[in-house]
Amino acid sequence: MLSRRIIPCLDVREGQVVKGVRFRDHAVVGGIVELALRYRDAGADELVFYDITASPEGRSVDRAWVERVARKIDIPFCVAGGIRSVEDARAVLHAGADKVSINSPALERPALIAELADAFGVQCVVVGIDSLRDADGQWRVRQYTGDPSRTQALPRRTLDWIAQAQDLGAGEIVLNCMGSDGVRQGYDVAQLAQARAVCEVPLIASGGAGAAEHFRDVFTGADVDGALAASVFHSGAIDVSALKRWLANQGVMVRVAIEPETCDG
Amino acid sequence: SSASVVLVDAGGTNIGSVRYALQRLGVDAPLTSDPAAIRAAGKVILPGVGAAGPAMARLQALGLIDVLRSLTQPVLGVCLGMQLLCARSEEGDVDCLGLIPATVRRLQPASGVRVPHMGWNRLRTCSEHPLLDGIDADAQVYFVHSYAVPPGDYTLVSARHGVPFSAVVARGNFFGMQFHPERSSTVGARLLRNFLAL
Repeated sequence: MLSRRIIPCLDVREGQVVKGVRFRDHAVVGGIVELALRYRDAGADELVFYDITASPEGRSVDRAWVERVARKIDIPFCVAGGIRSVEDARAVLHAGADKVSINSPALERPALIAELADAFGVQCVVVGIDSLRDADGQWRVRQYTGDPSRTQALPRRTLDWIAQAQDLGAGEIVLNCMGSDGVRQGYDVAQLAQARAVCEVPLIASGGAGAAEHFRDVFTGADVDGALAASVFHSGAIDVSALKRWLANQGVMVRVAIEPETCDG
Repeated sequence: SSASVVLVDAGGTNIGSVRYALQRLGVDAPLTSDPAAIRAAGKVILPGVGAAGPAMARLQALGLIDVLRSLTQPVLGVCLGMQLLCARSEEGDVDCLGLIPATVRRLQPASGVRVPHMGWNRLRTCSEHPLLDGIDADAQVYFVHSYAVPPGDYTLVSARHGVPFSAVVARGNFFGMQFHPERSSTVGARLLRNFLAL
């Protein structure tokens, strides 16, 4: 049986991992490779690196750090931010990333999803969706959320966009529930359960993790394939290895990491 | 001089990742599509991410089909590379190398069974083999695929995603791993080390 995935998300800026409100008050958390290895050793199933400055600066991801990560890391990792074309994606994938995640560029031009799927296979193509509930009770997609001054509410319903994205060739959907993001009161299980009902490809929950119970609740309540979180892991509030042991005790199927073998020459 | 391990450059995007994984084990395996270098290598690894049709077309264009078929040293196909070892693939309905007597089938989505099969899944060992030395019965590895090789007498390890399928296959000197050992952490490193020691 497939394990539920625990996925730390690392915001990358100028070659380092940062935390803070996007585009403001960034504090350097540490080096990319060093943090990636720490999460790998703790049993993270996958890592997402979000190049937070690539997209607003109109440039593609710096492939040098992607390659440094790929040399050292032996778990899968996804790169997000600044990927707007097949060529952008090719550079990142050839540098060693396993997947690319696209968000606003896919909304600007949905055909990009199909182009990436044709070029690299659906398994490489993750579509990130930022979603917020409107006053009429509908969840709708937000665009350019990386920059508060540019964020736009779209008429597109989140569930419709999930369906369209997977029709076009998305191999995985990351649904970031903005209403719960940063609040640490739990994932938006109700929204994710509705997304699950229309999503036939792997679905990753994002936004709201604050306690171990939140991970259990989103796995059991929304049947998501993975749960992504950033600040609770970076701050040390939740330790990945302790979280996975706890989830296993709660009956959630997870992978408990095996210590690297000592070198026996 | 001939390298002891070579990676066949058949396209696909995970070649770098496999190469780095071997470097972490102290082996620098060059990427090559040169028939002489492939024939002379002590071990040959055929990686591959992508679709079966374009990959077979590329092997054909490089003149590598008969080269690969005639190899007698240990050969390891990874992910799509394993599927290419089979007789045929439903993906694009294409003839493959014919070294494992199987037809690669599309995984069928079902309730709770998502396709692509993406993530860490448990291995179920079917037989004893030096390739599996030190691998625990409930070890987990990282899979990403939409097509799979059905179980058969060539299956060394099976896994289950809705239905059982081959996770590791062996036939003579040809081996295949459906998952990504280069992305399967400690378990994957051990499997690669075991292959290098064959």
